[in-house]
Amino acid sequence: METILVLAHTETDGSLAKSAREALHAAATLHKSFTGSKFVIGLIGENVQAAANSIAACPATKYFGVTGAEFTQPRYATDATAAEAICKVAQATVVVAPATSRWARVLPGVAQRLGGRADTHVTGVAVADGKISVSRWYYRQRMEGVSTRTQRPWFIGIDPGSQAACECGAGAATVENVAVPLSDACQRTTVVGVRAPAADAQTIRPDAQLLFVTGAGWTKKQADGQTHLPEAEKLILDFLKKSRASLGSSKSLVDLGGEGQAVLPFLSHMNQVGQTGATPRHAKGLSTCCHGEEPHTVGWRFIGERRAVNLDPNCGWARGKADVLYVADAFKVMAKINELLAATGTA
Amino acid sequence: MSTAYQIVVCGSIVPDPLQTLEPVATPTGPALKNEMMLPAVLDPWAGHALFEAANLAKKLPGSKVWLVSLGPKAKLQQVMMTVAQKVPFELVALDGPASGFTDATETAAALADAIAAIPGLNKSRLLVFGGWESASRGAGATMQIVGERLGITDQFQGVDQLTVNADGLLEILERIEGGKHQISKCAGAPAVLGWATGNLPEPKNNPQVGMVNMRTVMPALQKARPTKLTGEGLSFAGVALPKQLRETQIVKDKLPDDIAQEIVEWIKK
Repeated sequence: METILVLAHTETDGSLAKSAREALHAAATLHKSFTGSKFVIGLIGENVQAAANSIAACPATKYFGVTGAEFTQPRYATDATAAEAICKVAQATVVVAPATSRWARVLPGVAQRLGGRADTHVTGVAVADGKISVSRWYYRQRMEGVSTRTQRPWFIGIDPGSQAACECGAGAATVENVAVPLSDACQRTTVVGVRAPAADAQTIRPDAQLLFVTGAGWTKKQADGQTHLPEAEKLILDFLKKSRASLGSSKSLVDLGGEGQAVLPFLSHMNQVGQTGATPRHAKGLSTCCHGEEPHTVGWRFIGERRAVNLDPNCGWARGKADVLYVADAFKVMAKINELLAATGTA
Repeated sequence: MSTAYQIVVCGSIVPDPLQTLEPVATPTGPALKNEMMLPAVLDPWAGHALFEAANLAKKLPGSKVWLVSLGPKAKLQQVMMTVAQKVPFELVALDGPASGFTDATETAAALADAIAAIPGLNKSRLLVFGGWESASRGAGATMQIVGERLGITDQFQGVDQLTVNADGLLEILERIEGGKHQISKCAGAPAVLGWATGNLPEPKNNPQVGMVNMRTVMPALQKARPTKLTGEGLSFAGVALPKQLRETQIVKDKLPDDIAQEIVEWIKK
């Protein structure tokens, strides 16, 4: 009989993130499909009572908590110790957790400590013939595999955005406190802060409806034989401001900076989408001045509707990678788009 | 305080990203069609880790870089002909599969054993580098397991920057959600760092570096220990390419103003 544990960490305000509710949904689905399985929840944070109360109506029979100021920091040593302790107390055989940066850092190591295995970036879980299986992508979203494991505990990291969020209601949950003594060795690392661009300069917006991708074409010589970087910068930033889109980039464009060439200053490798970049999830994607080669477009795997503006009618987007390819000058198109958005209000 | 480090980079090979990949079923599990024929490159994020390691070693005299690599010997040799010209390192080769369908735990066990067996390894000076994810399995799990097996509990993933202060304190920037970086300070080695892109461009080929490296690369390849990954307990129900191929509508004859109007309507829909 499986004991399914959902592991979650609280946010700085003590709440649970949407990704935690998505993992909860996936685990609850497993529990429902697996007759006789147990369903428990483990929470880590400074104080977890509010988080537990917020999901008290879910079918879990027990709540475990590791609390204290030491557990507010997303730090490997303390998070791993806390997760290990909860898994042991809960006697978990299947551990479902959101693949946040905090858990992704820790869970494979915890699986190793407990003699189990970890599967990450899981986009689907199912039960068939009495066996749990997980779906995940291989070779950077180029192919999807379904696999199962016999080892326990089995840690399953659910990719944020891949599941519906659990809508179970609030109530009063009883949290069993799990004491976790920490050695000095666990506190050699201190998280001292977060570096984020100023709010108006933040171009990566995971919750945006639209992904706007810029390619190296923005920095190339245009019809007049000149580059138009300042104009490109203004067009792109204006569009981001008006549309509230999230900004992505091809590798070739962000690499130009490292090679000493003129670049768009607001782009970094954090914006990079594709083989060696991010694979964001947005309902729509608009690509400009980008050729749509395979190493870039694998990063578009989870983009719903796709459109591209490019001067080359034979580019990668034309080969089944976009729904619509506009063969046009992106400078002219984006200038008009900005004008229209300004006239009608933001998107 | 001495800040010379022993930097061990874990990194393997992956198919060239421009290649078309197709999964096939084999008696031992899924694999890539014509896998041994596909041109290979050093895993991109592991490559960044290697370049960052070499850069750090250059700045801190007395430091040394090893590259521990698990892959088919013949393919490793091919890739090393290029990689060895980039930065100075000593290769520790393991002859085994580099497939994306192998188990991260088994790969990590082989890598950790190889690291532990490096002669003269001093754990108090040890930094274990690698890519935070590979371009094959993409699990983001191997480095953590390597760290656990080596008893290292200061671990960082998605690292874009490492600064070593004069007192040996490590300041690390890790990628977190929403385009932000988490800043951590670590008391010093040992530590595991799974690198994202970092800040360095790919070094240009330097034949002199290549000549020096190849003196150790070839013997390392010759004595590469055969490493079998059994995939025990892991079974695949199937691996398939996504079926979705869009029927692209190519719009060639519209004016920019009309295209803009259409895109705005689509955005707002």
